[in-house]
Amino acid sequence: MIAASPSPISVAELSATALTLRQRLVTTSATAKIPHLGSCLSCVELLVALYWQELRIDPANPNDPDRDRFLLSKGHGAPILFQVLAERGFFPLARLEDFGKAGSVFHEHPPKPGYIPGIEAATGSLGHGLPMALGMALAARIQQRPTRCYALLSDGECNEGSIWEAALLAASQKVHSLTAIIDFNKWQATGRSQEVMALDPLAAKWEAFGWHAQEIDGHDFGAIAAALAAARAETERPNVIVAHTVKGKGVSFMEDDNNWHYRTPNPAELTAALAELEPN
Amino acid sequence: MRDAFAQEMTRLATERADLTLLSGDIGNRMFDRYKQVAPERFINCGIAEANMMSVAAGMALSGLRPVIYTITPFTTTRCLEQIRVGVAYHQAPVVIVGTGSGLSYAELGPTHHSLEDMAILRTLPGLNVLAPADSFELVAQLREALDASRPTYIRIGKKGEPPLHGKSAQAGIGKGNLLREGSDLLIVGVGPILSEAIKAAERVRSDGYSVAVASLGGVKPLDTTFLELMAQRFTRWLTLEEHGIIGGFGTALLEWQSERNGPTISIKRLGVPDRFIHELGDQSYSRHLLGLDSTKLAQTFRTAIIE
Repeated sequence: MIAASPSPISVAELSATALTLRQRLVTTSATAKIPHLGSCLSCVELLVALYWQELRIDPANPNDPDRDRFLLSKGHGAPILFQVLAERGFFPLARLEDFGKAGSVFHEHPPKPGYIPGIEAATGSLGHGLPMALGMALAARIQQRPTRCYALLSDGECNEGSIWEAALLAASQKVHSLTAIIDFNKWQATGRSQEVMALDPLAAKWEAFGWHAQEIDGHDFGAIAAALAAARAETERPNVIVAHTVKGKGVSFMEDDNNWHYRTPNPAELTAALAELEPN
Repeated sequence: MRDAFAQEMTRLATERADLTLLSGDIGNRMFDRYKQVAPERFINCGIAEANMMSVAAGMALSGLRPVIYTITPFTTTRCLEQIRVGVAYHQAPVVIVGTGSGLSYAELGPTHHSLEDMAILRTLPGLNVLAPADSFELVAQLREALDASRPTYIRIGKKGEPPLHGKSAQAGIGKGNLLREGSDLLIVGVGPILSEAIKAAERVRSDGYSVAVASLGGVKPLDTTFLELMAQRFTRWLTLEEHGIIGGFGTALLEWQSERNGPTISIKRLGVPDRFIHELGDQSYSRHLLGLDSTKLAQTFRTAIIE
């Protein structure tokens, strides 16, 4: 049986968890040569807030039909999601020793459900996660389940037409149990997201599509919690949280440097990064 | 055929609480009765097929049995990646129904023709690819698909397709059936175009030729047991489909033939040549133009037997 809401947890504890996850993420990226480090670092606080404060989930019973659903629509963030799921207790941390090894399920994107507890959908090709989360939210409504559905998108992913198709349908169907969170780090693979596809004003676009849009600092646990609470209180519109983030957040020489979309740290860079990721 | 689909969906909606119908803004009035029976389980997803397909995948992963319905090109090639990733890779038990398949919408032009769907979709692992010959096959396949643990694509005609099966037939997914007995030549195919083959077989009967016609019901899975039985009886085969000649049912049979060890058979394929059809008319005009109506098929049958 899933609790009505997760146990309260302090911002200090959330911050400590975020730090631990960043250390493991950077280390894994260096040792297993896993890219998309910048994209993973930008959404650490969002994932920690979701998995420790928001989602009604039970790691011991990951297939409970009443659970909330989280879909990593920006599937290239899988390296940090895998760390989150291990830390949250969905599987032993030791399983991540296989990260990047031939034959392992722990590589660059989430596989379909059934291989890694806690993974709700295979993503990686952008523009699939939000529409699938919408389908799950509509299913929950038909089945009269308490499930809320969440999808974490990248700003670059908002290039995909299927995202806006989902936005239109979610609004017409008044799916207020759906929350999209956009990790708005201002970069996509090869350039500034605003320059590639003119995303701005992003929150206003969602608002115009009929969504309850909020704009926050995506590294501020207090702001994330408040926005998620406001989304839960919404009774008509689907919700979007446009979270302003910094790509590469937490490691000074990775922050806002898009080379870390593809690069992995060499040994000296790993040492330097870990030195910055020490607790104060 | 689409009316039979709507009627069966209405029956199924009363039988099972998990059935959900997603429409791509078509079927005006067609689903009125369904909507009376299960209003909360009908969603008009608008003209946005990529999203509709992923929504269906998400629903199926949450335990519903979604059925998607729109015109064939839009529910297949338009959203191929959503079928591949959301439906096939996840093995999400979605039923994808394409209406007006082949040249059913001949006069609407190549945008509305579907002559590639079976070729493309049968490459996706774990997806049934079905093409019922008539409403009898459709209903049996639809019911079976809703109980299956894997996704299914069903391409159907539009309206007025004649019944081809006797009441004692055993239709379903991957079930072949002999629609008409014969001894000189076997026509084996899929879809409502088989009605042309049956008429053509009647035409050549007066010339003393005996032509059998079989329906395979789809291209994946193939009823290889039935095909081997036919191989015991017929050496000359023609495949027939209202679909491009490349990659569809005929090709699937050639693949089967190349890897089997039974009696030698000769297979030639009949279908739409490798081009877009821009000379527009209704479906019977188009079938005649392409040599796929009963008159032209009768000539082809005679030639095949004499050769």
